[in-house]
Amino acid sequence: MNIVIVGLSHKTAPVEIREKVAFPPTAMEVPLQQMLSLPSISEAVIVSTCNRVELYAISRQPDAATIEMKQFIADFHGLKLEVLQDHLYDFEGEGAIQHVLRVAASLDSMMIGEPQILGQIKTAYGYACEYKTVGLILNRFLNKAFSVAKRVRTETAIASSAVSVSFAAVELARKIFDSLENKTVMLIGAGEMCELAAKHFVNNGVSKVLVTNRTFSRAEKLAEAFGGVAVNFDNFREQLHRVDIVLSSTGASDYILSAKKLKEVCKERRYKPMFLIDIAVPRDIDPAANKLDSVYLYDVDDLQGVVQANLKGRQKEAAKAELIVNEEVSQFQNWLSSLEVKPTIVALRQQLEQVRQAEMAKTLSSLNKLNDKERKAIESMTCAIVNKILHHPTHILKQTNNGGDGNLYIDAVRTLFDLPDPVEQNTNPNPDKSD
Amino acid sequence: MGTINLLFSTTTLIYLASSILYLVAMVGKQPQAGRVGRWALLVGVVVHASCFAVRHSAAGATPVTSLHESLSFFAWCMVLLFLLLDLRFHLSVMGAFVAPFTFLLMVGSAFSPDIVVPLNPLLKSWLFPVHITFAFLGNAAFALSFGAGVMYLIQNRMLKSKRFTGIYQLLPSLDVLDKVNYTCLSVGFPLMTLGIISGAFWANTAWGSYWRWDPKETWALITWFLYAALLHGRLTIGWRGRRAAIFSIIAFIFLLFTFLGVNLLLGGYHTFEAFATL
Repeated sequence: MNIVIVGLSHKTAPVEIREKVAFPPTAMEVPLQQMLSLPSISEAVIVSTCNRVELYAISRQPDAATIEMKQFIADFHGLKLEVLQDHLYDFEGEGAIQHVLRVAASLDSMMIGEPQILGQIKTAYGYACEYKTVGLILNRFLNKAFSVAKRVRTETAIASSAVSVSFAAVELARKIFDSLENKTVMLIGAGEMCELAAKHFVNNGVSKVLVTNRTFSRAEKLAEAFGGVAVNFDNFREQLHRVDIVLSSTGASDYILSAKKLKEVCKERRYKPMFLIDIAVPRDIDPAANKLDSVYLYDVDDLQGVVQANLKGRQKEAAKAELIVNEEVSQFQNWLSSLEVKPTIVALRQQLEQVRQAEMAKTLSSLNKLNDKERKAIESMTCAIVNKILHHPTHILKQTNNGGDGNLYIDAVRTLFDLPDPVEQNTNPNPDKSD
Repeated sequence: MGTINLLFSTTTLIYLASSILYLVAMVGKQPQAGRVGRWALLVGVVVHASCFAVRHSAAGATPVTSLHESLSFFAWCMVLLFLLLDLRFHLSVMGAFVAPFTFLLMVGSAFSPDIVVPLNPLLKSWLFPVHITFAFLGNAAFALSFGAGVMYLIQNRMLKSKRFTGIYQLLPSLDVLDKVNYTCLSVGFPLMTLGIISGAFWANTAWGSYWRWDPKETWALITWFLYAALLHGRLTIGWRGRRAAIFSIIAFIFLLFTFLGVNLLLGGYHTFEAFATL
C-alpha cells in the first residue's frame, strides 16, 4: 500500500503550463470521481493552487498508478501528455510522504513559510471528504500533514518575520509604536505599493487615514476607500503634526518634505515618534530627517533590506523545519507499514491452512484403516508443522511493525506465497472513519 | 543563624535558576522558559522576604546595617518592582537582565562581611526602617528605569541604523520601553523624596537637626535634583525617547555613586556600623 503523488509546481512548470492544468475549485466533484475510477488507485485528493497542481492517491501498484494519473491530468484538460511530461514530478512511498509534509509546512513554497498553502490543502481535503474520495490512509495522512505544519509553525520561527515590503513597514511601526490603534496615517500621493501598505496599516488597527494628492479628486477617491479624510496638497504640511505614520510616493522630482520642516513638526508634536515611509523614487523626504531624534525614516531600499534579512532568517528556520518533517515521515511510514502486517499474517495463515487441509484430505482418503486416535495424531502433527514454519516469519513481520523496511518483507511474503490483496476493505473510501 | 543562611542561599539559587530560564527564553527563543523564570522570581522574592523576617527577629531591628544586608535588600526591592512592572508591561526580555543582576547582587552580598551588628541606639527608631525602605525601593525603581533606558537606546539605534541583530525581535517596542522608563521614574521619584524626608525627620530625632550636609545627604540631593529635572522635562517640555533614556542613565550613575561610592569613598555618618569595618 503506497501513497502516490503526481503533480507540477512553480519549481517545475511556468505559469503558462500551470494555468492550463489547474482544476477549478468550484467543480471538483467530476475530476475527483474520475480520478478515483482509475484502475490502480483507491482514494483521491486533488490540490490545485496558482502555484501547484498535485494529485494524491493510494495504490498497490505505484508505477501503474503514476502513469494513469499523469495521463489523467493530460486527458482531463485536453492536453497531450508530451506537453506536460517534462514538468510533472512523481513520488511514492516515503518520498511522497515527505513531499506532502514539506508542502503543507510551506517548505516547498515560492515564499518559504507563507501561510496560504496549508489552507489550500485543507480546502482540497474538504472537497475530497465531501465527495467521499478519501479513505482511511489519506484521511490519516492529511491530518498528519496538518499537524506537522502546525508543529513547524510553533516550533520554528519560519513565519514570524515579514517578507513583503508592506508587512515589513507594519512590523517596523509596531516596534516603534507598539500598538497601531489610535494612530494616524497620512498617504501622500498614490501608488500601488503605497495603497497596499496603507491597507495593511488599516487592517492592523490604524484608526485614522489622511490622504493628499496633487489632484484633489484622486485624494478624495482614495480617502473614501479607506474611510479617511482628503487633505489639500497645498497645505498638507499643516496637518503633519497630527500624523504618526507617513506613506509617501509622489512623482515629485525634488523633496516635498525637508528636514527643516520636519524638525518644526517634531517640536509641535512634542517629540512623539514619527514613522516616515518614503516609497517614491526619486525620494520625497529629505534623508537627513532620519537624524532627527523622534523621526524614523525608511526608504524603499531600507525596507527591501529588512525583507531580505527576514528571508535569510526564514531559510535558517527552514533547515530546522526539515528535521521535524523527516522525523514525522518515518513515524508515518511506520504506521503505514503496520497497517498491512496483520492482514498479511492472517492471509499467510489462511493460505497454509488451506494447503494443510487439502493435503490432509488427500492423504486420509487413501488411508482408511486409521482409527480416530491416529487421525487426530496426524491432524495435530500437520498443525504443528504449519505453526513451526510460520513461527519465525510471523515474528519477523510483527517486528517490522516498529520500523525499518516494513513494506519490503510484506511485499516479499505476498509475492512468495502469492497472497491475495486483503487490504481493500481497509481503504475503501470512508471519510467518516477518521481517527 | 543557620536558618538565615539556608534561606539566603536558597534565594540566591532561585535567582540563579530564574536567570538561566530568562536567558534560555531570550537566546533560545523559548517564551515558556521566561514564564517559568517569572514564577521562580516570584518564589524567590517570597523566600527572600522570609529571610529578612527571620533576620529581623534575630537582630531585633531592621536588618539593613551592613553592606551584606544592603545589597541583599536592594536585590529584593528590584525583584519586587520588576515583578510588578512585568505584570503591566510583559517584559520577559528585561527579566534576562534583571534576574542575573539580582543574582550578582546576592553573590556580592554573600561575599561582603556578614555581621549582625549590635545596633547603635541611634538607629533604633521606627523612622529608620521607613527611611531605608523608601530609599531602597526608590533606588530599585531607578535601576529599572536605567535598564529600560539602555534597552531603549539599543532598540532605537537598530531602528535608526536599519541594521537589526537577533535581539531586535526580542526587545519590546520603543513605546513600551519609554513607558517603562517613565513609570519607573514616576514611581521612583516620590519614593526617593519620601526616603529623603523620612531620613531628615529621623536625623532630627537622632541628632536634633534635619540636615547636616553629610556627603551622602549632599549627593542624594544632587541626584534628587537630576531626577526632578528629568521628571519636569518629561511632564512639561515633552522630553521622551532617546533624550529621556540618556538622562535616566546619567542620573542613575549619580545614584550609584550616592548609594555605594559615598560610603566607600567619602565617609560620613551614613557609614556607621558595619561599613566602618570594611
